[in-house]
Amino acid sequence: MPDTGIGASVKRKEDYRFLTGKGHYTDDINKAGQVYACFLRSPVAHAKVTSINAEEARKADGVVAVFTGQDMADDGVGSLPCGWVVTDRHGDPHKAPPHYPLVRDKVRYVGDQVAMVIAESLSQAREAADMIEVDYEELDPVIDMKSAENAELIHEEAPGNLCFDWELGDKSAVDEAFSKADRVAQLDLVNNRLIPNAMEPRAAIGEYDSGTDSYTVYSTSQNPHLLRLILCAFVLNLPETKVRVVAPDVGGGFGSKIFAYAEETACTWAARKVGRPVKWTAERAESFLTDAHGRDHITHVELALDAGGKFLGLKVDTKANLGAYLSSFSTCVPTYLYATLLAGQYTTPAIHCNVKGMFTNTAPVDAYRGAGRPEATYVVERIVEVAARELDMDPAELRRKNFIQPDQFPYQTPVALNYDTGDYEPTLDKALQMIDYTSFSQRRAESERNGKLRGIGFSAYIEACGLAPSAVVGSLGAGVGLWESAQVRFNATGTVSVFTGSHSHGQGHETTFSQLVADKLGIPYENVEIVHGDTGQIPMGMGTYGSRSLAVGGSAISKACDKVIEKGRKIAAHLMEASPEDVEFKDGHFTVSGTDKSKAMAEIAFTAYVPHNYPEGVEPGLDETAFYDPLNFTYPAGVHIAEVEIDPDTGMTEIKDWVAVDDFGRILNPMIVEGQVHGGIAQGVGQALYENCVYDSDSGQLITGSYMDYCMPRADNFPTFRVGMTTSECTHNPLGVKGCGEAGAIAAPAALMNAITDALDQEIDMPASPEKVWRIAQAKIKQAAE
Amino acid sequence: MLTVSMTVNGKEVTKTVDPRTLLVTFLREHLNLTGTHVGCDTSQCGACVVHVNGQSAKACTMLAAQVEGADVTTIEGVAKNGDLHPMQAAFKEHHGLQCGYCTPGMVMSALDLLKHNPDPSDEEVRHWLEGNICRCTGYQNIVKAIQSAAQEMRS
Ligand code: FES
Ligand code: FES
Repeated sequence: MPDTGIGASVKRKEDYRFLTGKGHYTDDINKAGQVYACFLRSPVAHAKVTSINAEEARKADGVVAVFTGQDMADDGVGSLPCGWVVTDRHGDPHKAPPHYPLVRDKVRYVGDQVAMVIAESLSQAREAADMIEVDYEELDPVIDMKSAENAELIHEEAPGNLCFDWELGDKSAVDEAFSKADRVAQLDLVNNRLIPNAMEPRAAIGEYDSGTDSYTVYSTSQNPHLLRLILCAFVLNLPETKVRVVAPDVGGGFGSKIFAYAEETACTWAARKVGRPVKWTAERAESFLTDAHGRDHITHVELALDAGGKFLGLKVDTKANLGAYLSSFSTCVPTYLYATLLAGQYTTPAIHCNVKGMFTNTAPVDAYRGAGRPEATYVVERIVEVAARELDMDPAELRRKNFIQPDQFPYQTPVALNYDTGDYEPTLDKALQMIDYTSFSQRRAESERNGKLRGIGFSAYIEACGLAPSAVVGSLGAGVGLWESAQVRFNATGTVSVFTGSHSHGQGHETTFSQLVADKLGIPYENVEIVHGDTGQIPMGMGTYGSRSLAVGGSAISKACDKVIEKGRKIAAHLMEASPEDVEFKDGHFTVSGTDKSKAMAEIAFTAYVPHNYPEGVEPGLDETAFYDPLNFTYPAGVHIAEVEIDPDTGMTEIKDWVAVDDFGRILNPMIVEGQVHGGIAQGVGQALYENCVYDSDSGQLITGSYMDYCMPRADNFPTFRVGMTTSECTHNPLGVKGCGEAGAIAAPAALMNAITDALDQEIDMPASPEKVWRIAQAKIKQAAE
Repeated sequence: MLTVSMTVNGKEVTKTVDPRTLLVTFLREHLNLTGTHVGCDTSQCGACVVHVNGQSAKACTMLAAQVEGADVTTIEGVAKNGDLHPMQAAFKEHHGLQCGYCTPGMVMSALDLLKHNPDPSDEEVRHWLEGNICRCTGYQNIVKAIQSAAQEMRS
């Protein structure tokens, strides 16, 4: 195997610049004559804005302009749209109240944008923002989802603060299954609210060129083309030809940088108003307040089983917090990316799910690593564990008993998805073997002798990735197509420039995609250059989220390479005086079958640009563009097993061991894939043990608004994760790949909480903080002593 | 305004700045050394770690004026003549970075660790990194990279 080929752990191309401090993140960019924006944010959760007096601020030192929602309204600036229409149980579209970049009548969460101050320096902008006087007529904040239906209205358009009341699945089939059940396991769950915390805070620079009447926007975006589409078509009403969006190096996203936010919109708009580049970079406190948050479900779940442990039916009732406004994809996350995954890896024949999407006076909630799928896995894998305990069955064996079998693929679930492929038992077996399951009871006894509680927890997750077949998502309400595009261009001297609509913000596309192209075209890996993150250079794109880059973006690249090869074949045939049908392409060479005639790819590329001896009717150049629209989702799946030890004296949970066995289909770069798994698990463990976004239920203030209050996982919180792989290749994309970016975050919370509840022999909600764990452990000790 | 002088990556610099200017702002805005990052406003994340007189320090928590006359090294001063320092090379070799945002701070912090403790245990490495947050890697490959660099630098 060549060391840069497919399947090799090639070291990353992008690392040199990051390791030497030469990365180019948005805040590293400065434009001549730039001014700085500061947003005056609402200090209260819910209020009518009765007046804004910015007189003094406008006169302050260095101030260039102060803008309010009224200025934007006068200029015809629109509302930030939600790109997915969810149709509720009664056939009506979800409630879609407007979300203006600067508020017009009311503030709806702490951090809402009230005014924008632009000044020569950042400190002048901040000082002037402090001088703006705003009169708020405060209203009762709606924080708790449970009581939101009967609380003060956040939007006139949404009675009961209900955005949608949606369902999926056959309710009567489920009722029938429950009527026949020998056992019903039940559970109430909280999927705690998280703050994404990419380490690079969001930032934007808006620039306007009056000579061409065009804009350039630098933004920390996971999908520059989509941001351009939203800015142009929905908010600022500009032709796409007049707006270039550049998302340079981006320091992590995890979903939070998919969306079109108020700030980049305002900077773009204001750049023209003030005639100078306008720069804004979030302070971390602003990131906490205004980055779209994740998760935040409360759920009741019931699983019906027969006496032997076969799953008969699953019933799920969820309330999902959407926050104060609908962020770009907020509606599809707790619906189509959630309820459709409730079959898990199992043959449960009847499933029904009801989801109520609620408005509250909190930051908007949208996709965060996994987006809906971690919530689904948490529901399924926690209730399966509870059922195993109630039936007194081995949790691994209960899962095995209900797995979809290899001969059942393609498998149509009762919740819309059609799994193309999978093989779940080998994955489970490998995980069991890696963790040495058979001797767990000895390890548990050993812990007990040391006064500790040991537990083991499983998570057999599945996810739908590679978002997504456009016609399918269109029929479900998506406002966009979810294809990807790629342009593969040979330069005359044999190097290749690849322009991809996928965006790398840590995933290492420059390396993996180069491996792919080098392999396809049979050229040196070093000769491939990957260009991403600039609508001015890349034909089109839908960006990176939902573990789609390789499955969709990589497939588009693969298709473009195929087109390059096809054209090359014609040129080669001409040069070798053969007919194209007789010319084969392999390892970078065109050969005429049955002869020793051969032409290297680089020579063909040169000929394409210096076409002195050239086939008739063939255009010069070797530069092809392809779009790829997936035929189905991909279905990565796997088993994670966590083993924990709890100290009842301190309530501390120590992760003793972690085994992750994943089936991601074909793997191009195992090193990068393992890195993705580690990072995903760390975020999942963060959710289960440390992280929790809390708003004060009376005032609506964000209590966990800094790293002093929001517990981020640190290096000493983790063991060494042990990662294994099994492979069943995706059947419907040209690469056989499934995607790996979200798996860890999807699998981990359930595995860890199953382990902790196993150790404690009692239910506990995330995060399993030392205090909560300690109280339970102490109560048990007291109980045992009595 | 205030005039500050210091040596940064071996070069003497003198600039006139607002007395409130933080060291990190001085480096990023006045010297255009944008490898030192800002990830928080509470001195928690370590994206801004540089060396001041050979000791790691959070550049977001010091005024430029405080380091008057000091010798400052940033991530830009670690590689020599374009060749990666063994610590940087180890981060690449062991995939100790993904988005790269925490990376400069991690590298600077790790270099200081090895100065204090050339042969740390995994636990000591993890403990030392408490002041550096990485959201991407799960830390595992960072620990691996630092251990590998430690070995390389000992030999
Ligand atoms: S920016 Fe200095 S510690 Fe976060
Ligand atoms: S590599 Fe992204 S934060 Fe560490």
